[in-house]
Amino acid sequence: MSSLFSIIGGGVCGLAMAAELSARGAQVIVIERNGAPGEHACSWWAGGMLAPECEGVSAEQEVVVQGRKAAAWWENHGAALTRRGTLVVALGRDQSELTTFARRAPTTATLDRAALAELEPHLAEQFSKALYLEEEAHLDPRATLTELHKRLGQNGVIFGDDPKGQIIDCRGLAARDTLSDLRGVKGEMLVVRCPDVALSRPVRLLHPRFPLYIVPRGAGVYMLGATQIESGERRRATLRSVMELMNAAYALHPAFGEAELLEIGVDARPAFPDNQPRIRQIGERIYANGLFRHGFLLAPALARMTADLVLEGKTPEVWYEDHRER
Amino acid sequence: MPTFYGTEIESRLMLGTAQYPSPAILAEAFRQSGAGIATVSVRREAGGDQAGQDFWALIQELGVAVLPNTAGCHSVREAITTAQMARELFDTNWIKLEVIGHADTLQPDPFGLVDAAAQLTEDGFEVFPYCTEDLVLCERLIEVGCKVLMPWGAPIGTGLGLNNIYGLRSLRAHFPDIPLVIDAGLGLPSQAAHAIELGYDAVLLNTAVAKAGDPVAMAKGFACAVEAGALAYKADPMEARDMAAPSTPVFGKAFL
Repeated sequence: MSSLFSIIGGGVCGLAMAAELSARGAQVIVIERNGAPGEHACSWWAGGMLAPECEGVSAEQEVVVQGRKAAAWWENHGAALTRRGTLVVALGRDQSELTTFARRAPTTATLDRAALAELEPHLAEQFSKALYLEEEAHLDPRATLTELHKRLGQNGVIFGDDPKGQIIDCRGLAARDTLSDLRGVKGEMLVVRCPDVALSRPVRLLHPRFPLYIVPRGAGVYMLGATQIESGERRRATLRSVMELMNAAYALHPAFGEAELLEIGVDARPAFPDNQPRIRQIGERIYANGLFRHGFLLAPALARMTADLVLEGKTPEVWYEDHRER
Repeated sequence: MPTFYGTEIESRLMLGTAQYPSPAILAEAFRQSGAGIATVSVRREAGGDQAGQDFWALIQELGVAVLPNTAGCHSVREAITTAQMARELFDTNWIKLEVIGHADTLQPDPFGLVDAAAQLTEDGFEVFPYCTEDLVLCERLIEVGCKVLMPWGAPIGTGLGLNNIYGLRSLRAHFPDIPLVIDAGLGLPSQAAHAIELGYDAVLLNTAVAKAGDPVAMAKGFACAVEAGALAYKADPMEARDMAAPSTPVFGKAFL
């Protein structure tokens, strides 16, 4: 097979693909009409949690298995990873949510208030019980994408606009023009500054209707996410969604009431009907898409399997569809 | 099988379409449950433009009747506007009417419900009111034109089952000809079977299936349960009694 590849799309999927192929000796061109990573990519708005165990509570087992490999991959590609685990809490009357979660995420440890206070003293002011998934990690999506983009340039990846060689299509939702079963799942998120609360790891607040996660970005800045609405709309954050996120944050710790609102973000995640990604071969083109809410978690696995396919002719162990006519 | 506003449905299960892990699992849960009606929330997924079209296409592919609902509406006006939007979007006069009276427990507002049901019926809608098991409220709803009643078993999302058996029996006895559907509060197939054994025509589920660890298996469990309940109801079950009644004679004793 050829060892010249053009990757269309410069979001997390495209950049991870470029990094994997380039690291394995291929010549790579990345075509992204919007230039450097920015708000045109839905991964720009991501939480950046590498939390396969937490995701496994509602996602398929393959997501967990492939997702567990993500943290090491990102570290190998220069991402500044924080490995401090994930904490999961629920408000007083939603304690049953915690029981269910613990049952479905087998690697969970249960912490009492004292144990929680050792990890996150501010959280222990509000919660007497938490679940702890020690192996999980998180990263800053924007810093990670920007750094990866820079490194790719240094490593000889060309950012151009003229596709040559084998085309790998990583356009996300824009590939709906060909992938008819791809849909958008709208997400809304907030970025706030709240120096009064000190959290050093992602916290998930379980709630039957308004689940929330908070990811620390450092210097008192937090990302609050994220809604999940069946709609391909990539703009228009609604008051209801923003209010739900704010309410949940306030319930997590009242000091969030005094937070400064820095940003309201909206985009739509590309997803296939089973919310799992695909490597799909149609004609001469390979499509890598459908990362849903698992961009940073699954882009490494998708990149590795695609590279195995195009460089070594190895059929991906999961998520592969060959639609070529024979 | 139950008939709602002249349409016979080949199942005693209705399924909501929210909170599933993925549309693929939702579709499989529908297949395994044999549900005949899908309830769809209008508000959030609509969004304008073509935004919600993908999800709508998925629902249409299920091949079941669609019952749009006014979930999340807290006032009569909001519920009516949402119902009108639903009629446009889904091309049906059916509307599951929710007027929430209490934000926290999502308990229906009985006064607003009767008001909204009256206005919507006047406007040509066929209303499926989400109500409590209060007999007088149900009478009022029928007076203003409702031909289906959907009393709760327990508050939405609690999974507590049938909280007021007496009240639910009483509704069945008072309205023998009105289709009755348990809406909200079911968590387990046994609770659904119980509702059908009481003579209820159908049950509506969402959380119990969508939030189960394996929604597809749970959907199938509920399908078996309503079938069991329907067979039992039709079979004219024995009356419960206080004293044990041995099924074989007890020798050497005069009957007690």
